[in-house]
Amino acid sequence: MPTVSTFQEIVFKLKQYWSDRGCIIQEPFDTEVGAGTMCPETFLRVLGPKPYRTAYVQPSRRPADGRYGDNPNRLYKHMQLQVILKPTPADVIEQYMGSLEAIGIDLRKHDLKLEEDNWESPTLGAWGVGWQVMLDGLEITQFTYFQQCGGIDLELVPAEITYGLERLTAFLQGVDSVYDIEWTKGVKYRDVRYADELQYSVYNFEVADVPTLWKLFEIHEGEAHRLLGLYKDAADKKRFPLLAAYDHVLKCSHLFNTLDARGAISVTERVGVIGRVRKNAVAVAEAWVDQQNAAVSVAKEAA
Amino acid sequence: MNLLLEIGAEEIPDWMLPGALQYLGGAMSELFKQHQLGGEKIRTDATPRRLVVRAEGIAARQMDSEERVWGPAKSAPEAAVAGFAKKQGIAVEALEVLSDGKAEKYSYVRRISGRASAEILAEALPAIVLKTPFPKTMYWREKNVRFIRPIRWIVGLLDGQVIPFDIAGIPSGNESSGHRKLGASRFEVTYENYEAKLRENFVILSAEERKERIRAVPTKYVCDNELLDTLVNLTEWPTPITGTFDQSFLDLPKEVLSTVMRHHQKYFSVETEDGNLAPTFVAVTNTDGDPDGLIQHGNERVLRARFNDARFFWDADQKKSLEDRVYDLANVTFQAKLGSYLDKTQRMDELALTLLLYVGSGGLPIGEEALKQAKVRYVFEQSSLEYQTVRASRLSKADLTTELVKEFTELQGVVGGLYARAQGESEEVAIAIYDHYKPVSMEDSIPRSLSGQIVSIADKLDTLRGCFRVGLIPSGSKDPFALRRAAQGIVKIAVEARLRIPFQTLLEGNKQLEEFFADRIRHYFREIRGFGYDEVAAVLAAGWDNLVDIEERLEAVRAVRPTADFEPLAASFKRIRNILRQAEFGGLGDALNEKLLETGPETELYEAFHATRVACRLLPDHRSRLERIAMLRPKVDIFFDRILVNAPDPAVRQNRLVLLHSMLAEFSTIADFSEIVTSSQETTK
Repeated sequence: MPTVSTFQEIVFKLKQYWSDRGCIIQEPFDTEVGAGTMCPETFLRVLGPKPYRTAYVQPSRRPADGRYGDNPNRLYKHMQLQVILKPTPADVIEQYMGSLEAIGIDLRKHDLKLEEDNWESPTLGAWGVGWQVMLDGLEITQFTYFQQCGGIDLELVPAEITYGLERLTAFLQGVDSVYDIEWTKGVKYRDVRYADELQYSVYNFEVADVPTLWKLFEIHEGEAHRLLGLYKDAADKKRFPLLAAYDHVLKCSHLFNTLDARGAISVTERVGVIGRVRKNAVAVAEAWVDQQNAAVSVAKEAA
Repeated sequence: MNLLLEIGAEEIPDWMLPGALQYLGGAMSELFKQHQLGGEKIRTDATPRRLVVRAEGIAARQMDSEERVWGPAKSAPEAAVAGFAKKQGIAVEALEVLSDGKAEKYSYVRRISGRASAEILAEALPAIVLKTPFPKTMYWREKNVRFIRPIRWIVGLLDGQVIPFDIAGIPSGNESSGHRKLGASRFEVTYENYEAKLRENFVILSAEERKERIRAVPTKYVCDNELLDTLVNLTEWPTPITGTFDQSFLDLPKEVLSTVMRHHQKYFSVETEDGNLAPTFVAVTNTDGDPDGLIQHGNERVLRARFNDARFFWDADQKKSLEDRVYDLANVTFQAKLGSYLDKTQRMDELALTLLLYVGSGGLPIGEEALKQAKVRYVFEQSSLEYQTVRASRLSKADLTTELVKEFTELQGVVGGLYARAQGESEEVAIAIYDHYKPVSMEDSIPRSLSGQIVSIADKLDTLRGCFRVGLIPSGSKDPFALRRAAQGIVKIAVEARLRIPFQTLLEGNKQLEEFFADRIRHYFREIRGFGYDEVAAVLAAGWDNLVDIEERLEAVRAVRPTADFEPLAASFKRIRNILRQAEFGGLGDALNEKLLETGPETELYEAFHATRVACRLLPDHRSRLERIAMLRPKVDIFFDRILVNAPDPAVRQNRLVLLHSMLAEFSTIADFSEIVTSSQETTK
């Protein structure tokens, strides 16, 4: 029996594996997101004609999934390893399987299945088709061929590979609770993360002040909207802070999720609020494509 | 010559394989026919990673053919004629002058040599493959090249030769690919050794054989054909394994455990001899076995986590009773224009009481007083049917706010029923809630109890009325609220449980809804119950308010139809209807004047009619009434033989029309006989 990797060793190995395959290893994005897809490294980079490869760990916050640290499988904040390969290489699945072997899974002794699972994010105006990857009955990865992002058809179809790191590690370490995962020698996942799980559950379900959250939502929405309004007439497109506008969109998305967990959004309102966030997300995507084109034409003129 | 076509793709969703194969088989057969290439024994097969077509008896090339080519008119200048000949690549002397039916023209017969089959296939295959009608396609290179998942290799062989074509940049060749982990990633194949080569590389091409491998597991599992098909189409080398779970999970309801195993994990559940769940499951792997037990261990671990989740939800849900959850439904939207589930529940309560009263009255109108008494019973008598039914209706949607239903949406209703029982509601209430989404299909059974049947109808009827009221009407294949299924469910329940509910009265006079509902009734009796098209039309034309009555009338028509007098009488009724229509007979208000009746056939018909009418009222059922009515036939025949309805005296004429009209009206309450297609009509058609 080979020695079982710790949580952080698994992260290192996966990063090394994708680094060896030409990925830029990014560090986590510093604004709250519900999934690695929402980071600019994915959401914006998949747009346009430029090839891109990146991999990064993204702590992903889902307020409604919090369970006060009581549930062995559900977390307010879980860690995703997000890989973007744009365009998709023809042997992408073989490469992905290689990454599993790299962290010590002998696929000849396990059962791997790719089961249809299409992905859609109404908030981002994005969708794709793909699979959930099942290893011995456990969903360990979401694999998606992006088709649209921010309502825009993609020029180069990227593959998005999203690993659920806690699940994968629990599987490898043979533990039933994510809290029993060995993060590094002598340190459990519980030691590192339990306080977040408990305190954010309390905040999201009990303490968060709904009027304040709505106020924040509107402030961020307003700022994103203001910036996007200015972009149209901006003289120098290249230096326009679209990335800052996108930060505010992400803030809205997270506040929406918190309000939702707090039970402050009725099903009727839901669609409307999602629509408000999407409107700005789509506007950022469109402006981003325009900005990239502007940069290209400036470069051409200079040459 | 034989053909082998294999489209190698990344994992195709299991449920799409049968449809894709059906299309490909048809398209290939069409291609062979269109180009006269022969082609027989077309076989199609699929695994998740390949769509395969094989065929034999393909001609090497098409037969040669001829075509006459028309040139300039006979009068054309020499240069034009020479130009035409040159363009066609023949000598001017080879042209002949013929008439094309309008004018004399130069022409000649061009011989077209048949094209090679390989060439035709190379040209046609890419489009055939890309036109496979998958429900949701993707692009991965060019935007206009779409398929279900990226194509990664293509085998295209005609008698051992590669058919040269490519799709999405993938050239066809003679190399296939094996099982992702157990087989070689590239190996050569021929038509003859194809299946054997796949097998060497851990791919079983035949779905039937894969099914047999799954069935071969020694554990006796609960066979579920839908799940079996899914697993067959999800694996290339299926190997079933057996795992177990802790006995203590058996405290959770069987429904929850089965749903987790079946829907979420794609496992077969296992039952003990007395029909209870055993702590065992069967998983189907895409491997050659599990010598170290790693796969079994992994699956057991996942199932344990899933069951722990379910237990967590169950326990959490018990902290708030269904009763207390009813008001939380105010925050759960049913439909934007139709309000919340609380609104819906309240409408359902009212409707359930009305339906119950109709069932009691046999479909007769309900008085104010009866409604009042029912409400009193609902409030004060917990053992009354009214209380149980309305209570079940009131609690029926409360489980939508529970964690367990949020996690396992397919268990809505079932969870409500289980919670009701756990929280001390009566067994009747629990069963009614449990069953109230039934029947979910035409094969499904209806709710077991009267309360369940009433709540189910109230739920579906409310959805239908509401959606039609705000214009959410199904069109074509679009039926987002599953209104067809709802209406079909109502029909099935009312007929099978023999509930005499006057549905037309309950459709709020909405003409579109009435037509929609009538259409579902027709569908049910024709497609599910096998009554004739004309029988259903005849019976429905005589009214469709009460579904039990419709069934009885249909059975009466079916029973009497083969008797000698019935169809001729139906023909006579048709004739009567035509006469009345031609005469533009209004009919209303005109009483029959017996004095104007001519002695002989007219009086005799009148008397027979009168006697039949009286007799029918005394007869116990539709069938004997129909038999009695059919006995009128000789009198009707003689009447039409001897009597001129269009008498010269307007008063006499009018009186005869009144007689015919009265008969038609009197005897059309079971079925409108003029809708019956008689055998004489069928032969003339």
